[in-house]
Amino acid sequence: MKKVVIVGATSAIAAEAARALALDGASLFLIGRNSDKLERLAGDLRVRSGAEVHTAAFEAHDLHGASRVLEQARSALGEIDAALVAHGDLPDQRACEHDWAAAERSLVTNFMSPAAFLTWLANYFEGRKQGNITVISSVAGDRGRQSNYIYGAAKGGLTVLLQGLRNRLAHHGVSVTTIKPGFVDTPMTAHIKKGPLFASAEAVGRRTAKAMRRGESVVYAPGFWLPIMLIIRHIPECIFKKLRL
Amino acid sequence: MNTFESWGRFPKLQNQQVLPLPSPHNALPFPPEGRTVLPYGLGRSYGDSCINNGNAIIPTAGLSCFIDFDPQRGIVKAEAGVSLATILDVFVPRGWFLPVTPGTKFVTLGGAIANDIHGKNHHKAGTFGRHVLSFGLLRSDGAHHTCSPSENGPLYCATIGGLGLTGLITWVELQLTPIQSPYLDTRTIKFRNLDEFFDISVESDALFDYSVSWVDCTSEGDRLGRGLFMAGNFSSRSKRKKRPNLALPFPCEAPSWLLNSLFMRSFNNLYYNKQLSRTVDALTHYEPFFYPLDAILNWNRMYGKRGFFQYQLVVPFEHDRNIIKEIFRRITRSKRASFLAVLKTFGDIESPGMMSFPTKGVTLALDFPNDGKPTLALMDELDSIVKDAHGRIYAAKDARMSPEMFRLSYPRVGEFAPFIDPNFSSSLWRRVMEPA
Repeated sequence: MKKVVIVGATSAIAAEAARALALDGASLFLIGRNSDKLERLAGDLRVRSGAEVHTAAFEAHDLHGASRVLEQARSALGEIDAALVAHGDLPDQRACEHDWAAAERSLVTNFMSPAAFLTWLANYFEGRKQGNITVISSVAGDRGRQSNYIYGAAKGGLTVLLQGLRNRLAHHGVSVTTIKPGFVDTPMTAHIKKGPLFASAEAVGRRTAKAMRRGESVVYAPGFWLPIMLIIRHIPECIFKKLRL
Repeated sequence: MNTFESWGRFPKLQNQQVLPLPSPHNALPFPPEGRTVLPYGLGRSYGDSCINNGNAIIPTAGLSCFIDFDPQRGIVKAEAGVSLATILDVFVPRGWFLPVTPGTKFVTLGGAIANDIHGKNHHKAGTFGRHVLSFGLLRSDGAHHTCSPSENGPLYCATIGGLGLTGLITWVELQLTPIQSPYLDTRTIKFRNLDEFFDISVESDALFDYSVSWVDCTSEGDRLGRGLFMAGNFSSRSKRKKRPNLALPFPCEAPSWLLNSLFMRSFNNLYYNKQLSRTVDALTHYEPFFYPLDAILNWNRMYGKRGFFQYQLVVPFEHDRNIIKEIFRRITRSKRASFLAVLKTFGDIESPGMMSFPTKGVTLALDFPNDGKPTLALMDELDSIVKDAHGRIYAAKDARMSPEMFRLSYPRVGEFAPFIDPNFSSSLWRRVMEPA
């Protein structure tokens, strides 16, 4: 992968993935909300690897602007070999239950906005007949739970969208990778008490870069979430609904 | 998972709040009313200099970006939470090495300054602080100072070795050292007792940029202080085979009976006899040469729940060899020493830091498993010998020295204190500043 565009590049996982990709010699186009943070990360990547790094500030809620910023990435890089879509936020579930505006914001950030980017990316890579699209979804999307079902619904929708996209693009030589992290120690989870299930952003970021290089399909990160989620997904609904998860 | 303990896991944490660093990093989080804050890097300080019980810490892991690099001069500028391990990963392949490194690479740039760390090349290069060209310091009044020998000089000198108390170090500009290869030409010389150590040290320190000795603290009589003198210079040769980069975690907390004196004696015996001939020359990769213990992550768990103490002293060279011998006699007699005892001669290169520990003389560092009162009594006994010899105890590793011993170890503390940020403190600082 020589030329990679990263959406939500300053998120902790994406930044670590960017470091791994830059060390491999990739040129990067970083898209994120805050231009100061983007420049800070770009500077870091240039020192670490001497990589060519471009940046563009972009607001995730501007759904119609997604294609424009991706066109900008294509003209800056010349062409795109792979894309990582990594933006998202963890909403306050309680707030989402009582306030539709909060729920809507979360659905837009975690589902609609990635979907908007994926529309352009899918068509671009379909035409190119090669490449990789990787998206950070979540184990939260594997089953709805009372503690975060708005976030879970957005990520679950994203996971299903990626299944369909993977199926569509497999016929065109393009791989679509769904990364499902569990708990990751990032600014997004700074307010949550850390337990043994937490992984570092560095570990998940490196795993993401590896999955992109290999063009894997679905990756739980770290891998121990695969058996955990297998069990969670298979608990019968009549029992599951009584659990406090 | 990060628990924000100290490396020695003594004293235990009590009611310590964790305050996230605001982003962007242009202001400090305020401590709760009447409380203080302390920056926390990778928690490799052994004692209580990196904890702030009953108060708050600010983890610096988010300060993880490089800012600039000058490939002609080897000057790197990075945020203060960047670890020495990361610097090695990025710059060794380009032919640059750290100017000074401690025995672990898992420390941050900020921590390296705050403790003004030293390494195997102290006799040639002095402390870490000497190679810090400038740094940024964020104070709780909101001011962001650039500190260098020529700009904010007094604050620069107070912060180097300043135990993290003068404010949050945000970025660091560091002079790296050129190397031709990641390998060193090393020499290991066996010494049968302390007299031999002193003779070898005098001869060999001139020939080698890096030197350190491992000492057996369990043998007595004419074998008192026997050990291995390990020295090296960066080589111009290289090996073709790539080293596997493996670090294994120490699996669990060891039971406290494991490290008994019989086990220690056997280990020390085996290690001393690992080479038969007196001198062995080799080509050694920098990782095992500088960081033998980093191959086992969390090795501190080996000491079990009660944790352990590290004790590091320095006594001036002018005094005769009998002081070090006396210290060794007390330690071997106590049968409390562990296997990690190192001996080194410091040179006379001065640090800019007011609170820098190293001074010309012989330094000894060793671990004591925490067995409560008898361990503390032994260290007090050693303190009194160090005191009589006009020596010092290293605060970055300490969890128990008296306020009096601290003042003797850090004679410029009176000059330093006014530079402390009013919102900053640490468990160590409150302990050693207690009125006698």
